[in-house]
Amino acid sequence: MTKIQTQFNRRSFIKISAAAGGGMLIGFNWLAGCTPGTKPEEMVAVPNEWFDINGYIKIGDTGMVTLYSPNPEIGQNVMTSMPMIVAEELDVDWKNVVVEQAPLNTGLYQNQFAGGSLSIRLSWNALRMAGATGRRMLLEAAAKEWNLQVSDLTASQGVIKEKNGERSITYGEIAGKAVGIEVPEEVDLKDPKDFKLIGTSIKNVEGKKIVTGKPLFGIDYQREGMQLAMIEHPPAFGMKVKSFNEEEIKNMAGVNDAFIIDTTIKEPTWSDVNAFPQLIAIVGDSTWQLMQAKKALKADWEVVGELESSETHAKRLDKALINGEVEEARNDGNVAVAFKKAAKVIERTYSSPFMAHNTMEPMNFFANVTADSAELVGPTQTPEALEGSVAKLLNMPLEKVTVNMTRIGGGFGRRLYVHFGLEAAAISRKIGGPVKLLYTREDDMSQGTYRPIYRSTYKAGLDENNNLVAFSVKGAGLPGGPVFPNRFPAGAVENYSAEKIKAATNISTGAWRAPRSHFTAGAEQAFLDEVAELAGKDPIDFRLELFDRAIKDPVGEKYEYEADRYAGVLKLVKEKSNWGEKKPGVFRGVAAYFCHFSYVAEVIDMVMENGQPVVQKVWCAADCGIVVNPDAAKNMIQGGVVDGIGHAMYSQLTFENGAPDQLNFDSYQLMRHSQAPKEIEVFFVENEIAPTGLGEPGLPPASGALANALYKATGKRHYHQPFTSNQPIVG
Amino acid sequence: MATFNLNINGQKHQVDVDPSTPTLWVLRDHLNLLGTKFGCGIAQCGACTIHLDGVAIRSCMTPISVVEDGAITTIEGLSKDGDHPVQKAWLEHDVPQCGYCQAGQMMSAAALLKNTPNPSDTDIDDAMSGNICRCGTYVRIKQAIKTASKL
Ligand code: FES
Ligand code: FES
Repeated sequence: MTKIQTQFNRRSFIKISAAAGGGMLIGFNWLAGCTPGTKPEEMVAVPNEWFDINGYIKIGDTGMVTLYSPNPEIGQNVMTSMPMIVAEELDVDWKNVVVEQAPLNTGLYQNQFAGGSLSIRLSWNALRMAGATGRRMLLEAAAKEWNLQVSDLTASQGVIKEKNGERSITYGEIAGKAVGIEVPEEVDLKDPKDFKLIGTSIKNVEGKKIVTGKPLFGIDYQREGMQLAMIEHPPAFGMKVKSFNEEEIKNMAGVNDAFIIDTTIKEPTWSDVNAFPQLIAIVGDSTWQLMQAKKALKADWEVVGELESSETHAKRLDKALINGEVEEARNDGNVAVAFKKAAKVIERTYSSPFMAHNTMEPMNFFANVTADSAELVGPTQTPEALEGSVAKLLNMPLEKVTVNMTRIGGGFGRRLYVHFGLEAAAISRKIGGPVKLLYTREDDMSQGTYRPIYRSTYKAGLDENNNLVAFSVKGAGLPGGPVFPNRFPAGAVENYSAEKIKAATNISTGAWRAPRSHFTAGAEQAFLDEVAELAGKDPIDFRLELFDRAIKDPVGEKYEYEADRYAGVLKLVKEKSNWGEKKPGVFRGVAAYFCHFSYVAEVIDMVMENGQPVVQKVWCAADCGIVVNPDAAKNMIQGGVVDGIGHAMYSQLTFENGAPDQLNFDSYQLMRHSQAPKEIEVFFVENEIAPTGLGEPGLPPASGALANALYKATGKRHYHQPFTSNQPIVG
Repeated sequence: MATFNLNINGQKHQVDVDPSTPTLWVLRDHLNLLGTKFGCGIAQCGACTIHLDGVAIRSCMTPISVVEDGAITTIEGLSKDGDHPVQKAWLEHDVPQCGYCQAGQMMSAAALLKNTPNPSDTDIDDAMSGNICRCGTYVRIKQAIKTASKL
């Protein structure tokens, strides 16, 4: 058992205890809680009375337990896995658990955001502590009741028992008495070996609602008296709205109002990225009528900046790689000398275009702004940032702004940015009533916040014994470079240099699932494949040699990965995929990458069908520490693989006169069923390390393994994404 | 504006809308049937898939005037208790990630299985390639369709 100090959270626990019965968390029940797939008859009865144990736990008199999931649910399944962690330490029977989305409450919860694959990693201790604290308080209440010590009792599956006696009491029966108990200063956490729930596959708590089409998402949110709104932003980066045919639009059927809003705020933060703070808003009663009004818009767009094109971008990247501004660098040994002395030198350049996030649920948000309050409900990955920005926009104290989270139809970084929430608030303020803003796909795809465009040049030198003695990478991006100077192979090569280079653009960009890693992993891992080939070595053995060097005799002061865990996933994928075994007609590529504190190695098996390469099977090995919910974790990795292959293969945004050429899925290609891998098998390294991220790490290696398998299958190396554009071999 | 008498999930509804209004928005805005989703509006993503007389159609591009005489089924009406084989299989395989595309995926899958009770991989690809899943649940969807075909 691990002792853990609860002080850090004491204040908030006490606050909620004091409010017990007062229903501090009540009020966000517009979507009733969800049961984890339990049939109602198997569950304990619906309680007459609920007792708030702490911000995460509410126990009913029948023993039913409500667990609040603090973080936004974007499909990473935290709404199931976060409460699982609480339930484990609380020690309750999962079938009696009901899960509810918690509102934004910085007093009760920390890190209520969905980004950087951080939800579980950052909340692991807090969630365990919440459960353990609750369990301890219930035990203390029972001890008091029976005039015993806590050490005389055991608690398991929602029942407290006397160790040397017959008495037992359920959590539901004692919960009322636990409410007054002082929050313990120290609690015992379980030894991971004793986990009963963590490590078992628990089904998505909202699964049943999803498959029956219940209104869970922001787009589904309704409020009495609510109007609908749509926006029109300038068609190109570098343009601003001047005026529009306001009267004509206002006179259209179903249109209640039309105006220009300005969402500029003072002291914007990173989540306020937005190329179009001024836009046209149209308010009405039905979506279709608003769409017609959008079509009828005649706006005067003013050119206020450069209208960039893809050609501009390519030239800027060329230039940046020659003499661009270096943001971050690393130098070990002397690469220039080492390349001169090297027996073989190889240099390759890789690139990847701007990409849109394209969450399947278009941007939307509900807002109800009154003279002295603002209520926001919808899909956001960063409720706290939204709250802050809305307070700034409306010039309102933070306490007057509330943000509640709905289920989110995809995040991928898009909803880290809060402009659509601000827009809803600005529209609601103007019309003086509740409103739900909805973007069309075109609005969303042309709004920006894109994945930046990247180009990197890699160079490697081998000595006469085919050892890697020199390695350099220069990577540029608009507006920031993709390189991680201290990641692999830093630490593993005697002479190493890395430069991350930036260059300007007025196309707005943002974090996109596994920022930078999604490109760098593919480029680096495809390059290493070529280097291994040049060295006449097996690509896995070649990498393992490098990790060996990083472990035994690391180069430089530090590097940002654990070489043995990196090597560990490669070894696991090698074993599971029977790497080295030759299967006629099956072409294999391998890649491994470390990001978001997790390690993933992937092997892709490709076959040629009617002259087209088809991904037949993907083998994945992941090390993310303790796996909370294995089947859901596999789902995440599988999704990452599909996402990685799909985007590397098909997706890109190109620009002309400041505007993207692709506005919808007819021209912007996302992977489809027929193009998806036929099978994706996922294996986890078993250890007791505190869990790390999973939402992103599955993606980056996929494009590298894909490029390497494509080479084996077609004899051609692919350097520039999307691979289908310069070599239309698929689709 | 015109009045339309609709038959949705076995129930009669009457709406007063512009004849060009896509069925998707009649369902969502006028009838409060929110399970059918909006993804692209141009019949490219499948999020809005419903059945018209048992055939999968994209409701975002189907004007309400076209469906008046037919029987419409939406995800809410796929089964009474959420126990259509496709729904059961989806739960068994824990398919959804964000879940947004899944109503459309299930409607396409249900229509496929109706005509092709034992679909091959190619049948599945052909029937499902109009349904995008940005979360990348394709592998599980395929498995779930095969499971559903046996239920
Ligand atoms: S919304 Fe109808 S196919 Fe995309
Ligand atoms: S589950 Fe998210 S788009 Fe399919």
